[in-house]
Amino acid sequence: MCFSPLFSWILAVCLFIVPAILRSQETSPGHSGTEPPRGQLHGNFQVIWQQYNEDSLIGAIVPPPKTAMNAYGNFNYTYGNFSAGMRFESYMDAILGYSAQNRFQGTGIGFRYAQYKNEQLDITVGNFYEQFGMGLTLRSYWEPFLGIDNALDGIRVIATPRKGITAKAIYGHQRLAFENRLINADGIIRGLDGEIQLNDLIPALSESKTRVSLGGSYVSRFQEGGLLEKDTLLLELPANVGTYAGRLQVSHGPFRFMGEYSEKINDPSADNGYIYRTGRGIFLTANYSKKGFGITAMAKSIDNLSFRADRDLKLFDVPINYIPAITRQHTYNLAATLYPYATPFTGEASIMGELFYNFKKETPLGGAYGTQISLNVAAANSLDTTRISGVDGLVNGYEMNSLGFGPVKYVRDVNVEIRKKFSKKLSGAFTYYYLEFNTTVTPVTNDFKGLLFADIQVLEINYKFNSKNNIHLEFQALQTEQDKGDWATIVAEYTFSPHWTFAIIDQYNYGNINPDKRIHYLFGTVGYINGGNRLAIGYGKRREGVFCIGGVCRAVPATNGFEITLTSSF
Amino acid sequence: MKTHLLVVLLALLSADVACSQGALPNITLRDLDGNIVQTGSLDNEGKPILICFWATWCSPCKKELNTYAELYADWQKETGVKIYAVTVDDQRTVGSVAPYVNGQSWEYEILLDTNKQFQQALGVTAPPHTFLIDGQGKIVWQHSGYMAGDEEEVYKELLKLKS
Repeated sequence: MCFSPLFSWILAVCLFIVPAILRSQETSPGHSGTEPPRGQLHGNFQVIWQQYNEDSLIGAIVPPPKTAMNAYGNFNYTYGNFSAGMRFESYMDAILGYSAQNRFQGTGIGFRYAQYKNEQLDITVGNFYEQFGMGLTLRSYWEPFLGIDNALDGIRVIATPRKGITAKAIYGHQRLAFENRLINADGIIRGLDGEIQLNDLIPALSESKTRVSLGGSYVSRFQEGGLLEKDTLLLELPANVGTYAGRLQVSHGPFRFMGEYSEKINDPSADNGYIYRTGRGIFLTANYSKKGFGITAMAKSIDNLSFRADRDLKLFDVPINYIPAITRQHTYNLAATLYPYATPFTGEASIMGELFYNFKKETPLGGAYGTQISLNVAAANSLDTTRISGVDGLVNGYEMNSLGFGPVKYVRDVNVEIRKKFSKKLSGAFTYYYLEFNTTVTPVTNDFKGLLFADIQVLEINYKFNSKNNIHLEFQALQTEQDKGDWATIVAEYTFSPHWTFAIIDQYNYGNINPDKRIHYLFGTVGYINGGNRLAIGYGKRREGVFCIGGVCRAVPATNGFEITLTSSF
Repeated sequence: MKTHLLVVLLALLSADVACSQGALPNITLRDLDGNIVQTGSLDNEGKPILICFWATWCSPCKKELNTYAELYADWQKETGVKIYAVTVDDQRTVGSVAPYVNGQSWEYEILLDTNKQFQQALGVTAPPHTFLIDGQGKIVWQHSGYMAGDEEEVYKELLKLKS
């Protein structure tokens, strides 16, 4: 059974009985006909169906069922202060590459909740997603494109006793898998978070241009302890592991700063080689911007901060917190899917700087419509550490020398983009990327291990024939002497607003040292959009690659065949 | 299991009458300065509101909002519309939102949906996704994705509300 009887009862009350009673009150005299309806149902459906052909040249295999399907439907019903909902999920079988650990199987209900929310109190029972601060202690979220769902299952209370003070408490298990029903990991997650908005709390500061908020959080995991045998040592695995963080956000006119510092105590795990060293993380972001100009600086030092609901699990399984990657999330195909960077679970030291500038209209560089440029520079290295020997080394692993860069280069990513509108019909952009990428640290390929150097150029052209017809072209090239060698990609997309889109993408690995592998990966799509509904039918070859969102990546195998995607929002 | 399905079915039937034109769900978001904003309280003094989901890593989203930016002053003059650009950038990229927005000289109200709770509450699968809210707070139109020329549809829908 998916629900306990108590939960079914609560769901029934929230979804049916309460709305029915309240709706009957709506018809009473005096109800304003102009008010929006208090009952709302929002949700969405998505179905992805794939059919597979064998293609030994690209390494595409055919699973025994020959087809696969991922589907879900979300229903969120709200009536006044009450809301309740559920997600129906179906994987028969999950599409290839969706989960390396096969965490999505069968059909059933994978998410359900009931919630009451007023101005001072917000209580949720069942499943919920939550983030404390910048996420270094807790982030539960759903990313269906990536196959990530670490929803909490239990109870959450958010209290706002007065304006300017928010307190949150969570208690629950965490979703590990879906096997015809929700499967939670054993660990129990408990957490507290508090935040003060000084300008709301102190009347004298309410009109101040400087806005300040302070916050802190504590998250603890309980998992049965035990004994760990390490060389000649017999160590006790701690049953309770805690992590805590403090944060500060300040804004003053065009300047904004956000920072969080976190520590985690005593968490031997599969991610860190079962060492007991205290984990530490600092994540700072500052930016300054005014009309036509913006600059961002970011710095991170993350040491042994991976935290899971089960100490023995790895990869995508039950992460409690979130450590984002430092590099920009690229959008063009070659830059986004060949060498995307993700923060290693052991940590990194990293910095990033970014600039946006808009050359105004009617200036020499701006021309008739203005010109936008952006520059982004990101670098990440190993931590600056020294390994400890002997018994202390077995227990604690290493010690930090500084928060700065260690000797191993993880990534260098420099990119510049110039975007310009030439006329009412023609616009374009040119982007250049320089990449140094350590494929040993972020294992995105099996063909090369080490530091890879690559240059990428992308030219994008948009031409608007009239108010409805538009063509979008991308010419992308990547040069590298390592891994699979050089690539070229062409994207052509014709759109007929507001309904139709026709697209072709051809990725050509023309520089592969093996002439047999100089393959064209050609994929075509026809899409139809109507309001909140979208249907896309695609056919062709897709190369083995990596699909990433927010610095979390999954490997996607090569495929050859049909794909149909239907999404609908209501 | 049958009981649970019955519960859901009854709920959907009960929702049918009341939900033909939903209002915005009430989710707690932040603005660029960290101030708390309740989405259920978004207001434009009886004039329409456009809610546009976007992200700094989403090319069609940026095209959509850059196109609207050129038309926004005219739309505001004619219909009084206010645009809320709700970004779903998470902690990785949310630090770049203010510099990008100002770099583009956007005049929109910016809301941060860092953990995608508003996106999920509205049933949005992925950005870009646009909702039009009338002066009474009802969602009257929505559109998934963006292709060049969709701004004409938005304008037509805005004019319908004016008439």
